[in-house]
Amino acid sequence: MLQLLLAGVAQGCVYALVALGFVLIYKATETVNFAQGDLMMLGGFFALTASVMLGWPYWATILFAVAAMAAVGMLIERVVLRPVLGQPAFTVVMITIGVGYVLRGVVTMIPGWGTDTYTFPTPFADGTFKFGEVIFAEQQVAVIVMTAALVAVLYVFFRYSKLGVAMQATSQNQLAAAYMGIPVRRVNMMIWGLSAGVAAFAGILLAPATFVHSNMGFIGLKAFPAAVVGGFGSVPGAIVGGLIIGLVEAFAGRYMPEGFKDIAAYVVVLAVLMIKPSGIFGETARKKV
Amino acid sequence: MNILELANVEASYGPVRALRGVTLAVPKGKIVTVLGANGAGKSTILKTISGIIDPNKGQIRFAGEEIQRRDPAWIVRRGIGHVPEGREVFPLLTVDENLRMGAYTRGDAAGIAQDLEMVYAYFPILKERFRQEAGLLSGGQQQMLAISRALLSRPKLMLMDEPSLGLSPLLTREIFRIIGLINRQQGMTILLVEQNANMALEVADYGYVLEVGRIVMEDTCKRLLEKEDVQEFYLGMKAQGVRGQRRWKKKKQWR
Repeated sequence: MLQLLLAGVAQGCVYALVALGFVLIYKATETVNFAQGDLMMLGGFFALTASVMLGWPYWATILFAVAAMAAVGMLIERVVLRPVLGQPAFTVVMITIGVGYVLRGVVTMIPGWGTDTYTFPTPFADGTFKFGEVIFAEQQVAVIVMTAALVAVLYVFFRYSKLGVAMQATSQNQLAAAYMGIPVRRVNMMIWGLSAGVAAFAGILLAPATFVHSNMGFIGLKAFPAAVVGGFGSVPGAIVGGLIIGLVEAFAGRYMPEGFKDIAAYVVVLAVLMIKPSGIFGETARKKV
Repeated sequence: MNILELANVEASYGPVRALRGVTLAVPKGKIVTVLGANGAGKSTILKTISGIIDPNKGQIRFAGEEIQRRDPAWIVRRGIGHVPEGREVFPLLTVDENLRMGAYTRGDAAGIAQDLEMVYAYFPILKERFRQEAGLLSGGQQQMLAISRALLSRPKLMLMDEPSLGLSPLLTREIFRIIGLINRQQGMTILLVEQNANMALEVADYGYVLEVGRIVMEDTCKRLLEKEDVQEFYLGMKAQGVRGQRRWKKKKQWR
């Protein structure tokens, strides 16, 4: 039982991070970035390259993958999305879906990456340790601890740094942010970078469990409900939503009939939306337009 | 000396022309007001100065430098603070964070702290609420916050867009009293756009009347207050009798 809980939370952490990426971009630019999962996949491949092909240590791998993906995220915003600024939301969403497809395609074309599935080594290996009755898998504990650490860092960043507050300000009122002298476009670009960096982090955490392959980005389809459950546009909501989906999946996989696990996330979404249409942490008072 | 000069500025929203050649000047240290009805283009003037809208034609000179078609952030750094219409505070940030965003372009912590004290002296209520989310403030308090936030960029010129919007007459009076104070005590130059012509003409030194994107009248506020047309159309003081015919003719003359 407790073990199941742990597995659920660990899986939920990954959903939470991908959902966080959705939410950051949505809040800032009112765009749903459907390429979020594919950004995570690309981050996984960057990490794989650094760690397996270049033999870098784990921590350097994380730094490299996050930084590289942040750059990719900013590049995507600058090159692909800024030119369509002001176009209908539908256009922008289609473009993000396109970006996802392109990323998936490009990855399979790169020599050494391709369509194969790779294992991703970590210093946590497959060890376990016992604490009372429960057996902890080191892997899962590491995922939870690292997610908590990243969330703490992000919290401090958004709460106390000037740039973090400026990002919040921009996402709450772009016009007013411009009047304050905040370079709105550059801030939006940095939010894309941040979001892609978080995605890379999620990819690294997910990689040992699911291996690295060009379709690992489809986990975005699970993280999306997580963001919806939490109330799209709420950062704490994304994290809680991710954990809920992770837990529900873990328990559904154990106690429910075969196959239910994969639809459990969507059942949760339906249930939550029926009870509270704006999601758990959804803003009840929408910002004034 | 004029700190701000607009020369034949034309601007449009798509095919709709909002400004049809506006020329005006704001002397340093004065309050200049632009009066006009809904849709006359008052806000558009301010947005064009701030760089939110690019003019199609004309020049905007600020402190001797042409600033049209520049990036809004660049213009803020030059020293133009904007108090937007409808206040536009950051609803989920605290009062304190809102004010610090006003100081976004600045790096001098000591100066910012000093200016925070200054705005708290003008608006003590903000100091009481400084940890509260701005979205939970009342309309009047949000207006105070919007003015303070613009002050924190330590501007040379403040653009104020309808500070009386949605406020009670009493609060409006209070806000305008403080606008006058800021002008006198800080030597702040202010370009004020208002529908409440009474209040605006009382506090300002010089006034322009804008109609459908054109300046149709300009004078010192004292003399504007005495003009029959202004009294009739903007101050609501109807001349005796309902001589509709004559009124219409007068209105036509302005176009």
